[in-house]
Amino acid sequence: MNQLSAFAPLFVLVMMALSLHSCQEGTESQQQLKMQIPDVVDFNFHVKPILSDRCFKCHGPDENTREGDLAFHTEAHAFMALGQDLDRYAIVPGHPDSSTIVSRIYSDDPDDVMPPPESNLTLTAYEKEIIERWIEQGAEWKEHWSLLSPQKANIPAVSDEAWANNEIDYFVLSKIEAAGLSANDRADKRRLLRRASFDLTGLAPSKDQLTAFLEDEADDAFEKQIDQMLNGHAYAERMSADWMDLARYADTHGYQDDLERYNWPWRDWVIHAFDTNMPYDEFVTWQIAGDLLPDATLEQQIATAFNRNHKITQEGGVIPEEYRVEYVADRTNTFGMAFIGLSMECARCHDHKYDPISQKNYFELYSFFNNVPEEGLIASYGAIPEPYVTLTQEDMTQTLDFINAVDSITEVPVLVMGERADKRQNYILSRGQYDQPTDEVFPSTPESILAFSEQYEQNRLGLAKWLFDPSNPLTARVAVNRLWQQLFGSGIVKTSYDFGNQGTLPTHPELLDYLAVSYRENGWNTKEMLKYIMLSSTYQQSAKVSPEQLEVDPENLLLARAPRSRLQSEMIRDHALDISNLLVDKVGGPSVKPYQPGGLWEETTGGGGGSTAKYIQDDGDGLYRRSLYTFWKRTVPPPSMMTFDSATRDICSVKRQNTSTPLQALVMMNDPQIVEAARMLAYRSIEEAEASAEDRISFMFELATSRQPDEEEVSFIKTLFDQEYDRYTNQPEEAGQFLSVGHFVMKPILEASEFAAYASVASAILNLDETITRG
Amino acid sequence: MQNRRAFLSSSSIGIGTAALSSILGMSFFKKEKGGIIKETNSGGARGALDALHFAPKAKRIIYLFQSGGPSQLDLFDYKPLLNERRGEELPESVRKGQRLTGMTSGQDSFPLVGSNYSFSQYGQSGAYVSDVLPYTAKIVDELCIVKSMYTEAINHDPAITFFQTGSQQAGRPSMGSWLSYGLGSENEDLPGFCVLLSRGTGRPFGQPLYSRLWGNGFLHSLHQGVQFRSGKDPVLYLNDPSGMDRQSRRNMLDQVAALNEKQLQEFGDPEISTRISQYEMAYRMQTSVPDVMNIEGEPDHIYQMYGPDSTVPGTYAANCILARRLAERDVRFIQLYHMGWDQHDNLPTACAAQAKDIDQPSAALVMDLKQRGLLEDTLIIWGGEFGRTNYSQGTITDTSFGRDHHPRSFTIWMAGGGVKPGMVYGETDDFGYNITENPVHVHDFQATVMKLLGVDHEKFTYKYQGRRFRLTDVHGKVVNDILA
Repeated sequence: MNQLSAFAPLFVLVMMALSLHSCQEGTESQQQLKMQIPDVVDFNFHVKPILSDRCFKCHGPDENTREGDLAFHTEAHAFMALGQDLDRYAIVPGHPDSSTIVSRIYSDDPDDVMPPPESNLTLTAYEKEIIERWIEQGAEWKEHWSLLSPQKANIPAVSDEAWANNEIDYFVLSKIEAAGLSANDRADKRRLLRRASFDLTGLAPSKDQLTAFLEDEADDAFEKQIDQMLNGHAYAERMSADWMDLARYADTHGYQDDLERYNWPWRDWVIHAFDTNMPYDEFVTWQIAGDLLPDATLEQQIATAFNRNHKITQEGGVIPEEYRVEYVADRTNTFGMAFIGLSMECARCHDHKYDPISQKNYFELYSFFNNVPEEGLIASYGAIPEPYVTLTQEDMTQTLDFINAVDSITEVPVLVMGERADKRQNYILSRGQYDQPTDEVFPSTPESILAFSEQYEQNRLGLAKWLFDPSNPLTARVAVNRLWQQLFGSGIVKTSYDFGNQGTLPTHPELLDYLAVSYRENGWNTKEMLKYIMLSSTYQQSAKVSPEQLEVDPENLLLARAPRSRLQSEMIRDHALDISNLLVDKVGGPSVKPYQPGGLWEETTGGGGGSTAKYIQDDGDGLYRRSLYTFWKRTVPPPSMMTFDSATRDICSVKRQNTSTPLQALVMMNDPQIVEAARMLAYRSIEEAEASAEDRISFMFELATSRQPDEEEVSFIKTLFDQEYDRYTNQPEEAGQFLSVGHFVMKPILEASEFAAYASVASAILNLDETITRG
Repeated sequence: MQNRRAFLSSSSIGIGTAALSSILGMSFFKKEKGGIIKETNSGGARGALDALHFAPKAKRIIYLFQSGGPSQLDLFDYKPLLNERRGEELPESVRKGQRLTGMTSGQDSFPLVGSNYSFSQYGQSGAYVSDVLPYTAKIVDELCIVKSMYTEAINHDPAITFFQTGSQQAGRPSMGSWLSYGLGSENEDLPGFCVLLSRGTGRPFGQPLYSRLWGNGFLHSLHQGVQFRSGKDPVLYLNDPSGMDRQSRRNMLDQVAALNEKQLQEFGDPEISTRISQYEMAYRMQTSVPDVMNIEGEPDHIYQMYGPDSTVPGTYAANCILARRLAERDVRFIQLYHMGWDQHDNLPTACAAQAKDIDQPSAALVMDLKQRGLLEDTLIIWGGEFGRTNYSQGTITDTSFGRDHHPRSFTIWMAGGGVKPGMVYGETDDFGYNITENPVHVHDFQATVMKLLGVDHEKFTYKYQGRRFRLTDVHGKVVNDILA
């Protein structure tokens, strides 16, 4: 199969595909009704999404629920002869009239029509027409795109070559041009640097950085900035925050008692790995199988905490084996979503309904993770669940000096992976139930992705080798798609967690493959890949959206503009701390407990929970660390971060929601962390800016938004300042109260009513949409 | 206000009007094909369902969740045989090898134990109620008591998660989130899904709760349960900081909106309009939440009705008054959790204390809604995540014993909106172990609740990660017998 033919590069095709997949998950759109049927109907782009979504449930990979011996997930099944006399066919290429699928989907008879009424699924007129036209045009079959090995396609031609900076731009611009649009111009330098800085470091550019960039007229000015950012530890911290979601990192065990655990040295190792630009293959291999590497070092063992970050129960009375099975399943599901972009857990109870993963495949993969010398239940209060390694002060200060040891902590038990000497036998578990073993299975991988080579060890190390086998079609695509998502808000495959039949198709398949192959060929060099993408004109465009663009491409699938999106939860808080000079820039160490409304843990923990029964807020530095260090109690996660769509860390998560809610407004207006930051932002403006109100307002505005306000904007804020100054002058005690929010003590700098008025407008500035947006 | 309306209507690309209407309501925007930005009814105030599947019997739910597993055998499911055979071994013919929790599976013996409380029949329905629930006993003719509930989980965390989300594993949306998402909110000043917690006196340091129980899972976070707390900050971060008053907050919001509007004109991003409207909703909540939480103006006879605890903020009784106040304001889903029902030991004392916590206030809530004409379209649900065993955990003494978790049969009750009043549904065997008549699975219960609100549980799905999810997973049958 020629890779390119799987993605017929016709403009119409692409636009139709884009529209087809633009409907948001969660709402079934009827939009397609009015859509034009494309001249050439493509199986992967037009037909299979319909078959998968509406037909596979009964006519798909799961043999146990298959109806009428008919299935549409493979070519052989779809074209098979049917009926007693084997004289009927669901699909007769070129002949819709003889194809039973066509007569059934158009049938008015409730006993005959497909999908049947009891399925609660229907086909729109457009979808029926698509199937009919596809058959009429010859019913050409194509394999699922993501299971074909990625190849570098030829670079397409574009009209506006001057716009293009690197290969990425040719792939993107050719589609923009085909749609009759043009790409946006480069963003202004301030916004561009702000975007890059949040994307790479999670923080806004400093004033000095901005000045240097604005003054640097050289062609490589932006590249120099990128290099500088990639070389700082803020980059490693920002990358680690996302990885902690994926690895469902938390500081407690979860489940009922939710006692504390101490896996933070693993988090420090992740920061260290990003900081030193550890190649992605090595980074992942250590985490999957560091303990199985020859002469495994302590550092390699620490990396395997990845597979022990899952929840572990201490609820008295559970059946331990039931939970041990959950842990193994969690590792299996995490492996599927994080590294090969497939939702494995569907296949735990039955053959996958949509993807070519059988229940047997599931338990073969499960077998790799099923040989850990572990228990299902933490037996006694506060016991450390085996296996673990105990890091000593000496370990942390010498061999593992990237761990930020604290004098008060002499030993840290880190949960790691290990292998039992007497191997556990593995079985398919009927319905996925711990007490229902059926057929025996052995460690292996789904052959539909890539058969497991006999040369590989039948253990996690072999699994890691399989993952990074150059023939594995998914690993590089999934990884590079996440990097794209980091820089564009959405991946080239929007469903970064699902590259299967129910996932969205790539908007730019050739580009995705180009990047995937480049990433692998260049040694899985993450910093280099990020920089390469950021040097494209595609990345550097302005985020402005014209009515025309909005009309043709409301969801920005063509990338004719840069996306504009709200900052992630960590960035919102870190940004406020940073520009108010409150941020304590210290890397790693035990997690910290910043401001949190009183009583939250106590209300729910019911007296259990040991050290996490009661939230004991830190004092001093612990209040002002970057948010990735905030203590994560699974059953009661930090409320202000959850309000801004942090992942719960119960399970692997590779994409967060990005919502806008009233509770977010309450956090920004009233969280003492933000109110205190407003006070200190005002303080900084008084110290550093010229003495007029306008200057101070501009100074704060620039720190918050990375740009200078225009006169009208200053005048809006000045109006508020005047109102607040009046009020505080008349009610000086109110000024004192407002200035006393938060622990940070500053020296007196201005008369209180005037200072409070500045603090109040600083709070307004922190509440601007623009302050919490990168665009 | 004048000011804001003026600039909103003058904004570019024609979305000013939409933005304004979203300030008045709580709606979202969606870009239709062709780029026309429209208010959408998904994810916003109006709810995702275009139309209800059935004529609704209830508009809102008050779910009085009894966390920990109340003992049905000591409250509703009267089994004199257990008293007659006190201390005798649970026959294997009854247990049938069913699994037990790790807390009692190691016991050498499973001695049957009947309740220490006495039972009588009440009302027209003749329902049995134990003497630790005297107020509930008086209103049995308002209740539909289901004695044949069963679940699959035997431990708290998975069992309570199962009841709330339809799955034992964490991560799915809570029932209240589903209904907020599907039906939307009818109050522009309050969240559609409100949560209140209280701690029981029977086991004050009992098993915990988890905020994910009222989480929105994969649904939009507008539909998350918002915890209402007693004390100074009834919703997290609700109060303006000290030294800021309402007028200055208003002034600030006006200037912030003016600045945001300029960004909207420059970038044309409809998310900016949404942000403006969410700030307005937050502003309104700052007034509406304290207003609903302030029960000082309730007349004395109301406090008397709900009992002495009702004047103490944070108690179950006080929360019941708040539940009524939220129902009066048309909040869609009001969820109370009362902790402490986990009587592994010391049951006779502790269960009575728990019962006392909830008895008078629960009954008062039913009657208070009734006298206000709200009971007919409010569904009240009372119940926990599982029941308790008919045998004792630990030794039986003259005055004490305990009971382990029992998923095979337990009792809940419902009242109001669309359920048959004065009904006792389902039956268990004489040992109170297995169900003998009309079993109701958790998913059946969920399907029934949804039907009462006009929703077909099989048709109400949300597609996430390629799969259509629903509250009832792939199961659930509506229990038509209990529908009025």
